[in-house]
Amino acid sequence: MARLGSAQVSLDTCVAGSFSSVPATAVTSRHSALVRVTHWITTLCFLALLLTGIEILIAHPRFYWGETGNILTAPLFQLPIPSSRALVPTGYDYVLRDQNGWSRYLHFQTAWLLVLTGLLYVIYSLFTGHLRKNLLPAKADFFWRTFSNAFANRWRMERPPEEEAWSYNVVQRLTYLFVIFVLFPLVIWSGLAMSPAFDSAIPATVNLLVGQQSARTIHFFVSISLVLFVLVHVLMVCLAGFKSRMRAMITGRPGSPMERA
Amino acid sequence: MIVFSRRKLIKTGLAAAAGLSGLGVAARLAQKYGLVPPDHGGIFGPGETLTYASQRLLTRHSLAREFSRSQISKPPFADEFPPLNEAFLRLQAGRFADWRLLIDGMVERPASFSLAQLKSYPSHSQITQLACEEGWSYIAEWIGVPLFHVLNVVGVYPQARYVFYCSIDPDWWESIDMADAMHPQTFLAYGMNGDELPVAHGGPLRMRLPRQLGYKSVKFLNHMTVTDSLKGYGRGRGSAAAEGGYAWYAGI
Repeated sequence: MARLGSAQVSLDTCVAGSFSSVPATAVTSRHSALVRVTHWITTLCFLALLLTGIEILIAHPRFYWGETGNILTAPLFQLPIPSSRALVPTGYDYVLRDQNGWSRYLHFQTAWLLVLTGLLYVIYSLFTGHLRKNLLPAKADFFWRTFSNAFANRWRMERPPEEEAWSYNVVQRLTYLFVIFVLFPLVIWSGLAMSPAFDSAIPATVNLLVGQQSARTIHFFVSISLVLFVLVHVLMVCLAGFKSRMRAMITGRPGSPMERA
Repeated sequence: MIVFSRRKLIKTGLAAAAGLSGLGVAARLAQKYGLVPPDHGGIFGPGETLTYASQRLLTRHSLAREFSRSQISKPPFADEFPPLNEAFLRLQAGRFADWRLLIDGMVERPASFSLAQLKSYPSHSQITQLACEEGWSYIAEWIGVPLFHVLNVVGVYPQARYVFYCSIDPDWWESIDMADAMHPQTFLAYGMNGDELPVAHGGPLRMRLPRQLGYKSVKFLNHMTVTDSLKGYGRGRGSAAAEGGYAWYAGI
């Protein structure tokens, strides 16, 4: 019952609340159409890149540091999984089917789609104020209390306060900024650094990452970070109310407070 | 409730028409400037075309990174290859004295080169990386004659667009565009790390393209055809790798 009560906070109260203010457009739409469309294209791309990335990886599940690496050199580490090539000593007495052909085609085609979608999103965010209003934390957010509240709320697995249906909290904002402006650029950069032709045009791409094998290893770890982000992100959506958050990201409307509670 | 105004409809229609004709013009231009790869058909065509076109614009003349002698991998890793056929073993027994590289097609003077002839041309060397699509790599010194030198000897017709090349193993064939064929680091390699090119590495003669993945560097090279179309080769996708589901352009 208490929850029902708090759910009836009017929008005006939210705007005046301690959280970063709700954009005016949010009254009709939680997420703009462009944010929703790019979100789901990115989701599909991510899944395709992850699947094909795993397929490409199992052709040689060993990782190295520096410029070169092969089965005659000591690996940094080797994943304890079977391989799709007989060449790699894995300890397994069978070899998986080679799926690299279509996996590589799909990986690079999806990478193009993701990069173009990402560019569209970033340009949109810069020009419409989405970045400033919805992603950059407000000054008031940098109080320790705001952080600890956000964490404590999640730690107790409580539903977030109602105003969070309309605006991101500070931890969300910083996480999204990190994913968009650090992890995605890094994964694209380390991917490009593995291209011998691209490296010939811009050698710093690979040289700054110590070498082609280092780039491959970095690509792997950044991908792992992105997978962890997606897992936590989905968990948070479930905790906050799977139905309302999904509805907000699909239709733009989080639903009435009654439904959300 | 979404209401489309007439103005909005007209604007959207115009934008769509402009977009479609723009795509059409882009396709025509790409075709004209050789930015469309032979494996542009099928569901992965758009991505492959974007990759090839953008890299052709960006990397036409760029040089692959070269390394210092101290960075050469020791021992160099030799990948597996299919069992060598009768013809190869016979030539190997004769220490490759009868090995020939036949160059025909759209050239003024088709010719068959012995290894001694190829070695009589100015010899060049490069210390570059060979990266396999599987993920492993090594650095070696490659000694040989740049392909453009030999192509100039036979005289390539101006309408040539691709160089098709194949191994003594008939199932192993590839092709490259003229930008890669005339690139100074594209070698007919007959030596490695200061020595003869070992059979395990494709000796006595292999293609060497440091700006593309290892599978383009065909081993046991004995035939090359200069052509303006790859339609007559296999299913027209340009290489055995592409017919087997891998990308024709392997610069990634």
